[in-house]
Amino acid sequence: MTGMTTPLAGYLLVAALLFAIGLAGALVRRNAILVLIGIELMLNAANLNLIAFWRYGPRPELLTGMMFAIFSIAVAAAEAAVGLGLVIAIHRHTNTTELDKINRLKG
Amino acid sequence: MQESAAFTPQFAASAITGILWLIPAVPMAASGVIALLKQPRRKLAASLAIGSLSISLLLSLVAFCHVVAGWAHGAVVREVVDFTWFRFGSSAVDLGWVLDPLAAIMMLMVSFVGLLIFIYSVGYMAHDENFTRFFCFLSLFAGAMLGVVISNSLLLLFMCWEIVGLTSYLLIGFWYQKPSAAAAAKKAFITTRVGDVFFLLGIVWLFAQTGTLLFYNHGVGSLEGLALVNLLAQHAGLGLSAAGAIGLLIFAGAVGKSGQLPLHVWLPDAMEGPTPVSALIHAATMVAAGVYLVARVYPLMQIGAAPHGTTVALTVVTWVGAYTAVFAALIAVAQNDIKRILAYSTISQLGYMMAGLGLGGVAVGMFHLITHAFFKALLFMGAGSVIHGSHEEQDIRRMGGLKADMPLTFITYAIGMLALCGFPLLFSGFWSKDGILEAAQHWDISKVPFYLLVFGALLTAFYMTRQVCYVFFGHARGHGSAHESPRVMTLPLAILAFFAIALGVIGTPAWPWFRAFLENRATSFSWHGFTEPGLGLLMLLSSLVVFLGLGLGWRLYGNKSPKPEAPDALERSAPWLWVPLRDRLYVDEIYGVTVIAFYAWWARVADWLDRRIWGGIVAAVAWLFGLWARFNRFLDVNWVDGGFDKTCEEFSSGGGLLSSVEGGRVQNYLRILAAAVVALVAILLWSSRP
Repeated sequence: MTGMTTPLAGYLLVAALLFAIGLAGALVRRNAILVLIGIELMLNAANLNLIAFWRYGPRPELLTGMMFAIFSIAVAAAEAAVGLGLVIAIHRHTNTTELDKINRLKG
Repeated sequence: MQESAAFTPQFAASAITGILWLIPAVPMAASGVIALLKQPRRKLAASLAIGSLSISLLLSLVAFCHVVAGWAHGAVVREVVDFTWFRFGSSAVDLGWVLDPLAAIMMLMVSFVGLLIFIYSVGYMAHDENFTRFFCFLSLFAGAMLGVVISNSLLLLFMCWEIVGLTSYLLIGFWYQKPSAAAAAKKAFITTRVGDVFFLLGIVWLFAQTGTLLFYNHGVGSLEGLALVNLLAQHAGLGLSAAGAIGLLIFAGAVGKSGQLPLHVWLPDAMEGPTPVSALIHAATMVAAGVYLVARVYPLMQIGAAPHGTTVALTVVTWVGAYTAVFAALIAVAQNDIKRILAYSTISQLGYMMAGLGLGGVAVGMFHLITHAFFKALLFMGAGSVIHGSHEEQDIRRMGGLKADMPLTFITYAIGMLALCGFPLLFSGFWSKDGILEAAQHWDISKVPFYLLVFGALLTAFYMTRQVCYVFFGHARGHGSAHESPRVMTLPLAILAFFAIALGVIGTPAWPWFRAFLENRATSFSWHGFTEPGLGLLMLLSSLVVFLGLGLGWRLYGNKSPKPEAPDALERSAPWLWVPLRDRLYVDEIYGVTVIAFYAWWARVADWLDRRIWGGIVAAVAWLFGLWARFNRFLDVNWVDGGFDKTCEEFSSGGGLLSSVEGGRVQNYLRILAAAVVALVAILLWSSRP
């Protein structure tokens, strides 16, 4: 392929950065919705990796990476819907979305 | 005196002997059924008791006829059924039952008199709330008594003997709400137990010597040939053979049961029981069981006697009997309780029976037992009728004039009284007592028993006249008017009165059927029986004595009807004689200051030993163990518990630590997950380095 100036490492770096940001958000945010957003970021970092590895892989003409990413996005959409539904259900129960206060499942 | 030699034992169990055990078993079973009944089922209880005893009577009658038939044909006189109860080592304990003339006559008497008394009790106890309990005990008694009669084993006899003692206890204390009745029951039980200890010793000795407790067992029983010879060969000291000594030990049991000196004290107190009980148990049957027992083991006592001679054991029996006869008759003279007079009279007559056994053999004693059972049951039931009719009054000084109010009771009572006194020729008591007097007259060792017994006859006539005068003659001194008893009570009286007269027929010198039957000899009627040397003179003497007693009694008490508070006629003329007799010759008091005082002292010693010595030892041991326990506790608390607690604590804190991981905060889980992934990646990198 011509015009392929950006090396693979660049995409991976961006994806790693995105994942790290997402992870940090999921770990430190107290609001459940923001944690979900962090998780979405991590998912999309993974998607970016999938595309990058497909694009720089041995058989870019087979569209496997694209298919994988589209599946992943679809699953992520479902996951976001389930996650948001859970958050709403928890909010109805406890009147809060603060994860620190939702600790009834302790051992 | 040598009937054991006259017996030609033939052993063959017939049908009736096979089912002989039913005779005691049926009343016992009835007693068990009655015990399970609800309290108000009066009619059923009474019919069960009477019905079961009727069956026994019927069987006894069949058995009796069987024995009589065998005797008349010169065939079977004794049949036994034996079986082994249990074995230990090489020894076996056998039980069994026997049907012979002695048992046949006795069981017929017991079931017949018993049945009449059962019927009488229906009337006498009609208003008692514990009617069913009464018949339960009565049935049990009848069964046990019949068991004593048919036993062929000293052990079985002893067991039934003890059940009889138990029912006696239960029935004397039947009205246990009365303290006097409860005390009398205990007294009877404990006093007879003294004799029973000796009895048991005799049983054990006999078993040790002969290895069997069966009386008759086809030639190897303890009362048969070889065993007796062996027992005779051993000397037990005091001129006794082992046979005689064992016989005397068994006799001691009879002394307790039959109220002989010196164990007679319980019998007068036993009158606290209901009157039918007094009639059945303490006059007709149970107290006679002692006499029957001596008759049963008679071969033991008699073995070693020369023809027409006697043995030491029989001499002892004679003396005890003769002294008892006079002793009790003396006391009876000065008693005022209608039943107590009869009780002492019973003791006295039992003395006659014992003396009869010792002097003249089984037949003489047993004949008096049978006739006495009828007329003494009659007297007691008459007394019960009198008590019933005069509103539970027992003091003869507060009766009087009942002749008119209770004619039937009076007539029957008079018949019983004349039979007891031995009124000449007409009454059974005359013949049975004359048999004893005749034997006493011919006794080689001493003539004293003869004089004692004649004197006893005089006293008997005297005190019975006194009692009858007080109760039936003169004018009424009681409260309220007396009334005749119901038919159910007077009918048994009439039947017994008939037998009190008629039974004499089978024991006259002209036709000594009873004696011949018991001694297994042939007999026939002949007037020559009366012409034996000395017999006519003896009958004359005996009659004179009776008339003298009756006359003296009538002279002192006849138709006088003194005030209840006034001193007795005898008390006025001879207070020095009256007072000791009224106080029952101080036997109870003597026991009080000797035996009972000793026991009280011994109890105090035992109490002191218990508290001070044994108590001290127990306390010391307890203190030692307490010390040991405290040491153990110290170890437990400081070592065992310390280690255990520490382990527990560690588990607990470890658990807490782990549980803090499960904090319920989802982001913590996430952090751990992230850290783990980082660590995993680091390890992978580390391990995949070139």
